[in-house]
Amino acid sequence: MEHSPPPFFKTGPTPLARLLIFSALSAAVLVADARFDYLSVLRQVAAVIVYPIQRVAAAPASIMRRAAEFFVTHSSLRADNARLAGENLANAASLQQLMALQAENRRLRELLAARERLEVKPVAAEVLYAARDPFSRKIVVDKGSQHDIRAGQPVIDQAGVIGQVTRVYPWLSEITLITDKGQFVPVQNLRNGLRAVLAGTGGDGALDLRFIPLNADYQNGDRLVTSGIDGVYPPGLPVARVSNVERSAAQLFARVTCTPLAGVASYAHVLIVQGSRELPARPADEDRPARSKRAKKG
Amino acid sequence: MEARAMPQEILLPVKPGFIFFTLIAALLLNLLPWSGVWLWIKPDFVALVVLYWCIDQPRRIGFSAAWLLGLFMDVADGTLFGQHALAYTILAYAGIVLNRRVRMFAMTPQVLHVIPLLLANDLIVLAIRALAGADFPGFQYFLGSFVAGALWPVVAVLLKLPQRPRPDPDHVG
Repeated sequence: MEHSPPPFFKTGPTPLARLLIFSALSAAVLVADARFDYLSVLRQVAAVIVYPIQRVAAAPASIMRRAAEFFVTHSSLRADNARLAGENLANAASLQQLMALQAENRRLRELLAARERLEVKPVAAEVLYAARDPFSRKIVVDKGSQHDIRAGQPVIDQAGVIGQVTRVYPWLSEITLITDKGQFVPVQNLRNGLRAVLAGTGGDGALDLRFIPLNADYQNGDRLVTSGIDGVYPPGLPVARVSNVERSAAQLFARVTCTPLAGVASYAHVLIVQGSRELPARPADEDRPARSKRAKKG
Repeated sequence: MEARAMPQEILLPVKPGFIFFTLIAALLLNLLPWSGVWLWIKPDFVALVVLYWCIDQPRRIGFSAAWLLGLFMDVADGTLFGQHALAYTILAYAGIVLNRRVRMFAMTPQVLHVIPLLLANDLIVLAIRALAGADFPGFQYFLGSFVAGALWPVVAVLLKLPQRPRPDPDHVG
């Protein structure tokens, strides 16, 4: 500033000085958050301040949805009811079988002295909004640490896995979708039991299977379920269907593209699966415990 | 382009409560559930309003407000803490340094001043995201700033409304 004010006007530090102070502060916060994860308390405090504004901003959409639910026609309600009754009947049969199978499974596992499989206890949550960030695929739902949501819990809808809780605030939590770049789901091919890692691409409705050998047995239409070897997703949840397999001799790995089974980009309600599986302790030479934390960040 | 000076009018002093209200309203607009195409053309209302107040009232509003609002945006978007804070801080600096110059111009040249500043704001966020390992989201990422530039005249009129003196009913003329 070439025109500095006369000394009898007290204006505090010059804009340039303030710019440097606040930029340094921002840079410090950035580094502290990106590298060391120190700022969870500050983030929680800011989240509590923003929470009312977030709720107010999400209110119109949720009111519209409820109003639309109120004005459904009689015929569509009846059609829905008939369809659900049919589904219920079909499900009842398999549910009865499931109970018998669970009992049998428990006995067999006792015989084998194997660990119990997780019994999932889902909590329904309403999606408030998709994060307004073109760089990542995240949604924010209306259940948080006050409802016993913890970071790392898997999130599903009626068709399959949607993603994983990555950050928890008192009354909200943030879910990173499986389509986010940097989200990985360990999966298993339902047809032949091949294990693989499914990676998000950052685009809606497209997932990639990574590091698949050229001769691996994958076909279009194969269904992939979680294998459960990561300890995050319980085993057996449907995730995706193989939509395209490309094998070219010029490349080291086959290109396997999949589409998610769950409505990853369209939903109003999701289920957060609670209850963590107790995995056996990792081997002692576990060298990089920070790795999993880094991978969860957007 | 011939830059004509804005006709000067004598305005009432702005109320601090009104500034606070507009900043909260901008935050609210940013937090609406935008999606799809709307997300791409959505202007960053907080950046727009912060820039407006920095140009119009550089003594009243400045770095601390810009920085705090940036932190709130980072929390609400679930992004890395501090990226919007840094971008808004630099935007506030540009607004405060350029305030005398921009206020001298008519509306169209003002818009031409504002759009590059908002684009720079986007670029800073983009640079931080790129450093953190994100991909380039495509050029439609910058669309919002042009929409914000188009909204600038509207914002300028709206935010000046409470400062206009009431017409005197006894005035004859």
